[in-house]
This record gives sequence, C-alpha cells and structure tokens, in this order.
Amino acid sequence: MADNNVSDVNANGMSVEDQKRRRFLTGITAGFGAVGVGAAVVPFVLSMSPSERAKNAGAPVQYDFSKIQEGQLVKVEWRGKPVVLLKRSGEMMAGLDTIKGSLADPDSAASIQPGYAQNNQRADAARPELLVMEGVCTHLGCSPVEKLAIGPDPQMGEDSQGGFFCPCHGSKFDLAGRVYKDVPATTNMPVPPYKFEGSVITIGEDDGRNA
Amino acid sequence: MAIHRHDNHKSANAFMEWVDQRFPATKVWNEHLAEYMAAKNFNFWYFFGSLAILMLVVQIATGIFLTMHYKPDAELAFASVEYIMRDVPFGWLVRYLHSTGASMFFVVVYLHMFRGVIYGSHREPRELVWLIGCVIFVALMAEAFMGYLLPWGNMSYWGAQVILSLFDVIPFVGPALTEWIRGDFVISDATLNRFFAFHVILLPLILVALVFLHLVALHQVGSNNPDGIDIYENLDEDGKPVDGIPFFPYIVIKDLIGVAGFLIVYLGIVFFWPDFGGIFLEKDNFAPANPLQTPPDIVPLWYFTPFYSILRASTTSLLFALQIITGIVFIWMWLRAKVSIKAKVALSVVAAGVMVGLMLGSGKAWGVVLMAAAIVCFFLLPWLDRSPVYSIRYRSMPFKIALVLFLVAFFILGYLGMNAPTPAKTLLAQVCTVIYFAFFALMPWFTSIGQTKPEPSRVTYEAH
Repeated sequence: MADNNVSDVNANGMSVEDQKRRRFLTGITAGFGAVGVGAAVVPFVLSMSPSERAKNAGAPVQYDFSKIQEGQLVKVEWRGKPVVLLKRSGEMMAGLDTIKGSLADPDSAASIQPGYAQNNQRADAARPELLVMEGVCTHLGCSPVEKLAIGPDPQMGEDSQGGFFCPCHGSKFDLAGRVYKDVPATTNMPVPPYKFEGSVITIGEDDGRNA
Repeated sequence: MAIHRHDNHKSANAFMEWVDQRFPATKVWNEHLAEYMAAKNFNFWYFFGSLAILMLVVQIATGIFLTMHYKPDAELAFASVEYIMRDVPFGWLVRYLHSTGASMFFVVVYLHMFRGVIYGSHREPRELVWLIGCVIFVALMAEAFMGYLLPWGNMSYWGAQVILSLFDVIPFVGPALTEWIRGDFVISDATLNRFFAFHVILLPLILVALVFLHLVALHQVGSNNPDGIDIYENLDEDGKPVDGIPFFPYIVIKDLIGVAGFLIVYLGIVFFWPDFGGIFLEKDNFAPANPLQTPPDIVPLWYFTPFYSILRASTTSLLFALQIITGIVFIWMWLRAKVSIKAKVALSVVAAGVMVGLMLGSGKAWGVVLMAAAIVCFFLLPWLDRSPVYSIRYRSMPFKIALVLFLVAFFILGYLGMNAPTPAKTLLAQVCTVIYFAFFALMPWFTSIGQTKPEPSRVTYEAH
C-alpha cells in the first residue's frame, strides 16, 4: 500500500493516489486550522459587546411634570439619551393640524412609538398636551434643537408652527416630533414607553399597556 | 560557513562585509536609496510623499508622549487633556504638535493625492501604488476619527455619535453592529476605551505596514515625474536612465528643503494659531461631552467636510435628480457611446439597478452609500482615466476644465460641511455632489476626447 520510496523521489515522482492523498490531508488540515482560528476569534469579538454593567444601566426614570410650565421644555436622561418633556400650549396644539401636508409620516405609520401615542399629538390621550419623546434625530442620532416659537425662522422656514431642527444635517420635525418631507431623516422621533402616577411620569415603563 | 547568495553590491569595509553576509544592508541601501533612480525634474509637488512620512513619524512620536499623561476614561479624559495643557511641562507643545499635526498630515496627503492625479502617477504600471495609497487614506481617516473622540469634548462625542450611526443603515445587521462597535447602547466609556486602543495600537500598526507596502510597490515600478513619461526608455551605456538621478543624496537633499519650508508653516501654526480659527480645534470641543446637548453647529474636522456635505445633501430631491441623470446617461450611451453591445447591456443592467435602488432606498441610506461611493471613486481612478498622456502638461482641454470644476465643487463641499445647513446651502451642496460624481462617471469620456499635446522623449529640465 504505502510506497516507502516516496521520500527518495521528488514530489513529481509520487503516484497519482499518493498525490490525491497528500492534497486531501493538506486540505483537511488547513480546513480544521481555519475552524480553530475562527473559534479563537469568537471570544475576542464577543468581548466587544455591551458588558453586563452596560446592560444594567437602562432602568426607568421618574420626573414630576407638574413643575413644567405651559410651553416649557425640559430634558431628562434615560438610557443615556435625552428625553424631551414639552407641555404644549393650545396654539402649539392647533399648529399640529395645519402642517400635516408637509410631513413625511404624518400618521407615524413607519415610526417608533407605543400604541397609545400613535395619534396626531403623538401623546397619551390622558395628557395629550404633554409630548414625551426621545430627542434623538432619526437620521444619525444628533439631538435636535427646539424651535418652539411660532412664526418665521431661518432654519424652520417662513410659516413655522414651531418644531425641532437638527443642526447636524438639517432635518426638521414638528412639535409632535414628526419629520418634514425632503429632509435627511425619514421617520418621526421615537416616543418611549411611559406611564403616569399622579403628577409623576415614569419613562421607560408602561406596564405593557397599549392604550 | 558557506555563503550561498552573492550579489554585486560591494560592501564598504570589512565590518559591512561581515554584516552583508548575514543581512542585506548594503543591498537594501543601494536598491532603495543610493541606486534608486528618480527623474531629475521633480518639482515641489514631489515634497509631499516624504512629508507624509515625516508627519507619520511626528504623530507617532508625539502620541507616545501624550499617552504618558492621557487617561482613556469618560470621567477623566477631558480633565487629563486640560492637565496636559496646563500642568505637564511642555505638555501644551506636545499636544498642539499632535492636534495641528493631524490637520497638516491631511493637508500633505491631499496634496500628495492631487499630485498623483495631475501627473498621472496612478496610471499603469503604478495602479497598485495608487490603490495601497487609497487604503492608507481610508485608514488615516479611521485613525483621525478615533483620535478625535479621545479629548471627550462635546464635539468629539457628537461627531462619533453621527459617524457611528452611519452603520445603522446597513440592512438587518446595522443596529447590532453599531452596538457592538460602541460596546454600549450609547457612546460611553466603553467606546472611548476601545477607540483609544484602536487609535494608539491597531491603526498605527496598520498605517506603518501600509506605508511599507506603498513604498515596496513604488520601488518595484519606479517613480513617475512631472512629464509623465518613462525615464527608463532613455538609458545610458550602464543601463541607467539618462534623466535619472540617485534618490540618495540628490532627492533626499531636495526633500530636506521641503521639510524646512513645511516646518516653518507647521510650527508657525503650532506656536501662533493652534486652533486655526476653530478649524483645527473646534470651539465646541473646549466643553466636556454632554450626551443631552448637541452642539449648535455640529461639524466634523475640515478634512472630512467634503464627504460630510455629500452625506447631508442626500435628500429625496437629490435622489430624484440622480435618477434623471442616470436616465440621460443611459439613453446617451445607447445612442452614442462606441462600446460593444455586450458592454452596453452590462451597463444597462447597472443603470437599471441604480434607478430601482434610488426609488426603493431612503435618503438616509443613500446618503451613507453616496458618502462611501465618494471615497471608492478614488480607488477606480487608474481605470477611469483613458487619456493617452499622463501629465497635465500634455492633457487635452476637456480634462483640465473637468478637473477645475471638480476642484471647485470639492472646495465648496468642504466649505459647506463646516457650516450649518440652510435650504440654499443644501441645494448648492446637491449641485456640487452631482459635479463630484459626474467627474468620475464621465472621466472615461472626457479623457478620451480633445487634442492632447505630444509628450517629449526626454524630461523637461533646465540646469540652474
């Protein structure tokens, strides 16, 4: 079977069968070597994923919203992101209807929000004037600047009904976080889950309610 | 001991002979310096290759001294940079050399690349020199981007937030990939720590390796010259090019003059104008990172702004304009272009794919694709350029006009990227984006038309 003379002649002198055998052994050794290298890479790749400490840092936050005046905006940090709390005035609420035609996703069909906030105000019907929203542009994650005044604005346009303007790439949103047409962002700013207990709002928790 | 390999490089003395039998010292010295022949008509454009190496060395050297005092920790990073600036003896100098050095590195690299384009240094047989150079450019951008997070200023933070979010648009894996790169759900201490590791270890190693490969490839094919002609077509009786001079000492001495001039500019900025009016060090980065407050005018550093403008210009109306342009080019190609029917069919499939893709994707996803494409275009230059001559000195008028238009568009994009977007500026950026891509897309056409001037057989040179 095995040809003991192989070592005495050069590789070209090998029988076809021995050449096949050598190719097979080389291939299978290299193959298993590649599997081993792949397995060795796994722990290094996984070591770059969020750590347990990072995962535990996402607890809900609470805020007493009775302190917020009409037309005032405050920012609360939740999971390292700015959450906007805005108590909208009657004029601001009225403006939400007039601009529907210039919005990219007026019914929030393609946007992220709990079921109870998928309406014209993008807010829980219990407190429709209170906008609770992650102040994070859906384009590339900047924090849009508030442009609460109604009227002409260099960035928001001549007949602005108030809104948010992203300084990074010029995306525009209305006072419900809905995105305008023909700007880099294409979806509305997300609304996080939230719930009320008296005058305290808990952001990041809604007990799984949908309405 | 038997020495098996002989070459004709004569060792200078007995000691070198001992070394040369064990290590190819004289051989390497001769082949890459003392007997490496470069054209004698090199002009100032040829300073920037060696200046890029100088800046790499300066950045590594100053970087080593900065790591002795810097703390890669979200709680401590900003304060440790201020500590370097105020309390460390000459810390301000080391830090300004590094921060200004980053910008000067890009100045030098952009000029080096432009030299390649105007003298045809990317053309056959130097395609691999050019490709490796493009990879160096990309690695350098990664290195600069990661380094910019380290001072943990507010612009560092939000710049990283924007650029890392770019990966979000990759279908299916995007959000998981960004989370993996950040090591957290937001930019955080974990992100800062790993960017430090990449910035001081991984990317410098990659850059040094790539620069080595760049030089190996260059020395395999030989340097180009301002006339874009092959100096090896005119050899003397020893087989050396008559228009060539040894790199050492002649080109080295010439480059040292360039170094002297460059250092005057570089150190002038370091000593008298280190923030360069907010362009080299942005004012928002003098405040610590604040995850709740995006700076009012978020802008990347100047060397990224042309590409950043392209990203920002990508809205529904730009995609619509691109569709129309693709359609026009497509029709023109069927009617006029002198290519085989096979190539026409292949290009039609590409054009149809682009048009359908532009309809399906969002402005956001296409912004990222266009920005990446803007960089990929550079890689394709050796094959897009069809001109029969290499150097701008003998090129046809259409190429010169296109190059000027491209330069103007590139500078306007760079300028717009440093400024807050307004509707008029976005429109201008969109026009310039179209010019930018048209320059590359139409290059096979405008480099093959027009009257070129005859190339000389010897390099243009007057002895001083």
